[in-house]
Amino acid sequence: MARNLIDIVDLTVEEIDELIAVAEDIIENPVKYQDACAHKQLATLFFEPSTRTRLSFESAMLGLGGSVLGFSAASSSSTAKGETVGDTVRTVGCYADIIAMRHPKEGAPIAAAQVCDTPIINAGDGGHCHPTQTLTDLLTIHREKGRLDNFTVGFCGDLKFGRTVHSLVNALSRYEGINFVFISPVELKLPRYVKEEALKKKGIPYTQTTDLESVMSDLDILYMTRVQRERFFNEEDYMRLKDSYILNPEKLVNAKPDLSILHPLPRVNEITVDVDKDPRAAYWRQVANGKYIRMALILKLLGIEV
Amino acid sequence: MNIDSIHNGVVLDHIKAGKSMDIYKYLHLDELDCSVAIIKNVRSGRMGKKDIIKIDSPVEVDLDVLGYIDSNITVNIIRDGVRVEKKHLELPQKLVNIIHCKNPRCITTSESQLDAIFFLSNAETHTYRCAYCEAEESRKKF
Repeated sequence: MARNLIDIVDLTVEEIDELIAVAEDIIENPVKYQDACAHKQLATLFFEPSTRTRLSFESAMLGLGGSVLGFSAASSSSTAKGETVGDTVRTVGCYADIIAMRHPKEGAPIAAAQVCDTPIINAGDGGHCHPTQTLTDLLTIHREKGRLDNFTVGFCGDLKFGRTVHSLVNALSRYEGINFVFISPVELKLPRYVKEEALKKKGIPYTQTTDLESVMSDLDILYMTRVQRERFFNEEDYMRLKDSYILNPEKLVNAKPDLSILHPLPRVNEITVDVDKDPRAAYWRQVANGKYIRMALILKLLGIEV
Repeated sequence: MNIDSIHNGVVLDHIKAGKSMDIYKYLHLDELDCSVAIIKNVRSGRMGKKDIIKIDSPVEVDLDVLGYIDSNITVNIIRDGVRVEKKHLELPQKLVNIIHCKNPRCITTSESQLDAIFFLSNAETHTYRCAYCEAEESRKKF
């Protein structure tokens, strides 16, 4: 049976550490890996639009000497004709060595993995999981802080529908000494099941607040998120909540000098452009890290050692 | 009131009073060709009143469905007029096609050919979690 990555918890802490080590080696020695996936094909099946994730997967495979095929919208696939996700992925599995798929429906990669023998990477399924973004976040934290334990991390914005938040909370809950602070409007609080599974069952303490500035000075890492229009059924709710938190230089006055600001991007207006100049803004470095960790993941799932 | 004893079959006992028709429906007992007796409001020392269903045929009862609906029900297997087995139910760890996910974003809501799979996440609150989207469903009030 193929090894898939559907949820970040499919990987052990040791495997995550290993992926981070390989990604950091790729960053240092890219030439060593440039032909590692020669004659291998990655299919990127994006039933929902994406810029960063799809291109970083494709760039990762090309950087390993492999090739890519796929589609970037459901309208250009047989889904438009009524084909099930399982049938589409099973078909593509006949052509490709590994598949990265994004789908607006939650659990779609699980349905696909039930019928497909080709390794599947979940590149985001609705508001559910986005494990390669989490790996990107973990690599970024590791490169910024030199460790993945013993810090205070604040998650701010849409914590209800923000799949990157759910996955990262799950992942960090397996490391020692992490203090979690959740900053959101009441309507967009972290779902109960995430708190229950990742934190309460393990006895990990956390704080919830609606006030970003009151906790800013405590944070070692601030993970900002966008309030996503596509997750709302009701435009009125979206309009009411979209500007709940806007990070600007004034709000960072009391922040620690070594704070790291992360954001899965794209941003709309939740971080003002003038924060980009602040050395604590790590989100553009985070984007670059996404390619390297995906290279490490492709190697792992294809069983290729360099 | 007298109901004939059954010779080979199944007796569902300790059904919450008034709920036997729901069990009848969930287990699709209307599709059976044999005699099925529904006895309502039987005096019970433990429950005050209870319902009983007697099925006069050795049918396979879906214990997962029963356990999910009400794990206090007991299932008695009757062979040659003698009770040969008394099964006590538990909340099933896994449900397949018994309940369906209500999360409109879940893949199972748009692809109906997929099995609706749930795993028990909290036995105290009878909460199950969808295997696809992880949305929680609490057991229907019974």
